[in-house]
Amino acid sequence: MASLSLTASFMQLLQRDLLLALRRRSELVSPLVFFVLVISLFTLGSGASATTLGMIAPGIFWVAALLAVLLGLEGIFRADFSDGSLEQLLLSGMPLSVLVLAKVTAHWLVTGLPLLLLAPLLSLMLRMHNDVVWVLMATLLLGTPVLSLVGAIGVALTVGLRQGGVLLAVLVLPLYAPILIFATQAVGFAADGLPVTAHLAILGACLAAALTLAPFAISAALRVGIN
Amino acid sequence: MREFFAMGGYAFYVWTSYALACVILAWNILLPHRVHKRFISRLRRRLTQRTQA
Amino acid sequence: MWTIFHRWASPPYFYRQSTRLLPWLSAICALLIIAGLIGGLILAPSDYQQGESYRIIYIHVPSAWMSLFIYMVMASSGAIALIWRIKLAEVMLVASAPIGASFTLLALLTGVLWGKPMWGAWWVWDARLTSELLLLFLYLGIIALYNAIDDKRRAASAIAVLALVGVVNIPIIHYSVQWWSTLHQGPTVTKFGAPSIYIGMLIPLLLMALGFMLFYAISVLLRARTELLAREAASRWVREMLEEA
Repeated sequence: MASLSLTASFMQLLQRDLLLALRRRSELVSPLVFFVLVISLFTLGSGASATTLGMIAPGIFWVAALLAVLLGLEGIFRADFSDGSLEQLLLSGMPLSVLVLAKVTAHWLVTGLPLLLLAPLLSLMLRMHNDVVWVLMATLLLGTPVLSLVGAIGVALTVGLRQGGVLLAVLVLPLYAPILIFATQAVGFAADGLPVTAHLAILGACLAAALTLAPFAISAALRVGIN
Repeated sequence: MREFFAMGGYAFYVWTSYALACVILAWNILLPHRVHKRFISRLRRRLTQRTQA
Repeated sequence: MWTIFHRWASPPYFYRQSTRLLPWLSAICALLIIAGLIGGLILAPSDYQQGESYRIIYIHVPSAWMSLFIYMVMASSGAIALIWRIKLAEVMLVASAPIGASFTLLALLTGVLWGKPMWGAWWVWDARLTSELLLLFLYLGIIALYNAIDDKRRAASAIAVLALVGVVNIPIIHYSVQWWSTLHQGPTVTKFGAPSIYIGMLIPLLLMALGFMLFYAISVLLRARTELLAREAASRWVREMLEEA
């Protein structure tokens, strides 16, 4: 294992996690069903006239996405923690931040990416305009990886704790607020026909910052939790 | 004096704020103080038990 | 400098010195707060726009400052605890969290009480209030995480990581909320905070802020001492101290 190069071990871990995720298909699908459900319930709860929907659609969409990501988060480390393979990773001698990044990438590919692909379909339900859908997808593309990265810190901190679920939400949701704000505002701007490059640039900056910093925080948190 | 307590008609808001501050600050002193005292006495009890034993 | 630092980082020295220091700190703190109250409630003139209601700021502003300051203290002691594994830094981190949450809560409550007469509503999604609310959630998360982990040394390291993550996020949260609120409802009424705050109003504010700072020092020392004793209960200096008294 130690003789493997960084890229090779990154790819190998990514492949393994994707394979494992694809074997547990029901776990993959439930967050998506949940996502669609939350959006439908929001619409049922707030009235479905075109003007109301137009005003609250970005918020609904993004809050549902936050919750769906949150729901699937625990899967990043939980199974590996309980069968001991997480400990193996810690002891493998490879830089933990790289390994952790592979795990988060795999997780995003099976939870964040499907949300992105579902977005055009759901935007029909929320009667979004075509041009707006593109912006919505751009915000999801830039925003959901940040959610996975930041969320993984929370998961790493709570892994192995009994009351993990609610605690994870309390730890992670306040940190999601900026992404929610920038993303929904971009979609709102696009609906009003205003330029959104500034918003997307900020989301991109958040992603870059999360990509560089979060892996270190995640590995520090894992070391605290497991040693 | 009455004028001072009336706070120009804002008495409720001003004095509630100061009362809340009092409560919260007092709580942050009294509670740790009590916890500390109780902890010391518990340690002392344990110590005397051990020396007697 | 470093020798002083090292000496203070040793638990028995810290404990003994803090016992000696606490009465002095309490006296100075009481003096500062009394002076600030006299200055703020009696001597300072009423505001020409807000009348007497502005006097809430003598509580509101110092506690809002403290809420941020304590978070910074927690993040720096978290960094020290993670890098050098100094026990005292862990203890300071743990002891600071409830006090920081208290000040944040106080800032929020007084903000609400100030908002009702000024804005006509108890809660307005003003940028500063909203980021203070998110800060409260960050504090509550730290406290909840600490309580959820049974092994207290491990819990302290975990919240050290969380505090550092939070401190990176605080400026982002602050600016995002500010941006959000200005775009939603136009610039909020910032009646005070103008550069030309009258000196008779400013001095009591600074006195209160200093008083609150010392109050934090006292409260954190009280909590940290218990926490230290709990961790060092088996060591010799604790036994000696108990026998002395």
